[in-house]
Amino acid sequence: MTDRGPFAPAAGSPSASVRSGPSGSSRTRPPSNARARRRPTSFEAIDGWLAAASAVSAIALCWLVFSLFTDGIGWLGFWLVAYFAFVTIYFIVTYERLGSLAAVDRLVTVAVWSAMIVVLIPLLWIVLYVIDKGVPGLSWGFFIHTQKGVTPEMSGRAGGAWHAIVGTVEQVGVALLISLPLGTMTAVFLSESRSRLRRVVRIFVDAMSGMPSIVSGLFIYATLIIPLAKDSKFFGFDGFMASLALSVTMMPTICRTVEVVLRLVPHGLREAGLALGSSRARVVWSVVLPTASAGVATAAVLGIAREAGETAPLLFTAFGYNYLNANPFSTPQESLPLFIWRFVREPLASSIERGFAGALVLLLLILVLFAVARFVGRDRTKSRPRPLILRLIRPEPSGSRLLAARTVGAPSEVGDLDDREAPS
Amino acid sequence: MDDLVTLRAAGSRSPATRSKRAIVEHRPRVDVIFDRVSLGAGLTVLVLLTLVGVFLLYQGRHTWTVLGTSFLTTEVWRSGGVHPHIGVLGLLFGTIVVGLIAEAFAVPLGIAVGLFIAEFASKGAQRILQGLVDLLAAVPSILFGLWGFFFLSGTIVPLSRWLTTHLSWFPLFATATSSTLGTSFFIAGIVVSLMVIPIVASISRAVFAQTPPSEKEAALALGATRWGMIRTVVLPYGRGGMIGGSMLGLGRALGETIAVTFLLPQVPLISAHLLQSGGATIAGFIASRAGNVTTVPGLMAAGLILFVLTLLTNLVAASIVSRSRSGQGVEL
Repeated sequence: MTDRGPFAPAAGSPSASVRSGPSGSSRTRPPSNARARRRPTSFEAIDGWLAAASAVSAIALCWLVFSLFTDGIGWLGFWLVAYFAFVTIYFIVTYERLGSLAAVDRLVTVAVWSAMIVVLIPLLWIVLYVIDKGVPGLSWGFFIHTQKGVTPEMSGRAGGAWHAIVGTVEQVGVALLISLPLGTMTAVFLSESRSRLRRVVRIFVDAMSGMPSIVSGLFIYATLIIPLAKDSKFFGFDGFMASLALSVTMMPTICRTVEVVLRLVPHGLREAGLALGSSRARVVWSVVLPTASAGVATAAVLGIAREAGETAPLLFTAFGYNYLNANPFSTPQESLPLFIWRFVREPLASSIERGFAGALVLLLLILVLFAVARFVGRDRTKSRPRPLILRLIRPEPSGSRLLAARTVGAPSEVGDLDDREAPS
Repeated sequence: MDDLVTLRAAGSRSPATRSKRAIVEHRPRVDVIFDRVSLGAGLTVLVLLTLVGVFLLYQGRHTWTVLGTSFLTTEVWRSGGVHPHIGVLGLLFGTIVVGLIAEAFAVPLGIAVGLFIAEFASKGAQRILQGLVDLLAAVPSILFGLWGFFFLSGTIVPLSRWLTTHLSWFPLFATATSSTLGTSFFIAGIVVSLMVIPIVASISRAVFAQTPPSEKEAALALGATRWGMIRTVVLPYGRGGMIGGSMLGLGRALGETIAVTFLLPQVPLISAHLLQSGGATIAGFIASRAGNVTTVPGLMAAGLILFVLTLLTNLVAASIVSRSRSGQGVEL
């Protein structure tokens, strides 16, 4: 970090005023140091002490204001105000010592670091909170029993969510069967075809992936259930309708992830296939898709993880049911999010406990799926260090780079752009 | 300047240059089928979106024929009685207010997080942090709702109470006397912002990471501090991504359903008292009416409004991002 020092111009040299302007350079500098190098990004021991002192004085100030002069603001408000007081004090102190250039730099560094921490805290908090609340209601029976014969007087550990787990697995599984081929084909269209419609379709896929999930449930309800439920049981509230609603939201997610992966496939592989005389369909089928298989698998797992937690599309489609219904093609079916949704809204401590047990199971399921996706899509282009003996015998095996490029990992889940160079 | 970049990027990838490489445009039968099938898959998206609009319009047709434009200008939703008196205005107000509050928190935080991952974190930390941000995006909405309702709401209420006691001269902080503060637009907006942050952060990070290293080094060589380098090089370069990412986040915030159902009472209300309990959003209201479908055409019409609103937001956002994306990867 401090290595940029040598490149920082000396104070008073003509180039110092390029960025800092008139207010910057030698404002608070004693004359004896006038020729010394300015290092606005260096961080010394005294800076640490100043930061600590600023923090202490900010907390003391807030304590004075909120505990002595006015009534309480709650601990969240207290720390929030204390933080802003700290930033202000620290900025003023640095400004006095090093001038505006360094002070603004320091201010931004503090702000960016704290933003990162602020965003990670809720994640940790939600996980810990759900674990804390969910563990009391969880027992092995939760995975075996349904809500059959459970009455409101019974404790939260009575009964289980087996029917909900079955429902989730079936609905998400069928949704995956529908949306994985469709999403992959759309991704192939976006990345491999030469159609002029590609740009339009890509923008609409992006827009569709942001479509509210409640709308997809409402859409299936409006299109299939309202007009057709009178005549056939198949189109009533059931698991398959839920799968259709889920696949409407799942398809664009899978498509975007797969498309990014397809674009990472080296062009040389495609050209090699074409040069051998294959048709383009053959190249896609035998070269591009196998190369991107890890990425497609990751897309599928991430799609499952996202859809397993969706509640809104199920409200108008699967509808929820307290007993086991293993047939997704007729009559309402339960699923884990619906299970949580219905129980935590009841004003009974035992129901809420049951709901939180379901939330814990859902959270664990999603954490596991997420870990699987990370594992499947890990960066295999980065080859592990080879054993020393091999490196001594043969410095660089000729085929290793091609082998390393064989499978392409998966991108990040949300809004990843083509930010990784294709290995070539 | 930007036009030149786009032009060049488009030129380098255009079909013309690629087909030059193919000596004879020989299209085997299987390729024709392949093209048709993939085109069909691509068009499915357009067809699906059209169908969504058409069927929401069709099933909600009674709303439009009976109520006409008064549906758009009525605040309350009273479906009982002989003459139902329903409208989407109160819901629309709540939707936009929650979306704006969420954006007010999520845009600065999300961009800062994107900046941290792209510019401040070490190489090893980058992957882990991006993974955690992705994980935050993967946490289901219902868990945010549970946490927000059973825990966070009680934590924020003292803050709201203090604000409204001491700063009620500011109109947005005012509340009616002896009102509850537990399920307000403010709290719903904060929880929704947590779901929006990963979107803004991921897209900002992706565009920031595209900044040409040579330009960053040039700024540093001229004596810029890290912030000077970010302000003059990274932020201007990632402007399209930041705007587009924020709008995609807004689209997500407008359509956020389950968490909002927990955090608002779902009674339509137009009020500037953001800290006070009350209000509803379109998505949350529809979800809370599931299973109690007395006014299906009304819900369908409200759903159509939500669909159009989010689709427009997302389309603008996606085209901003994709336009900025096409300018990327170009070394100047």
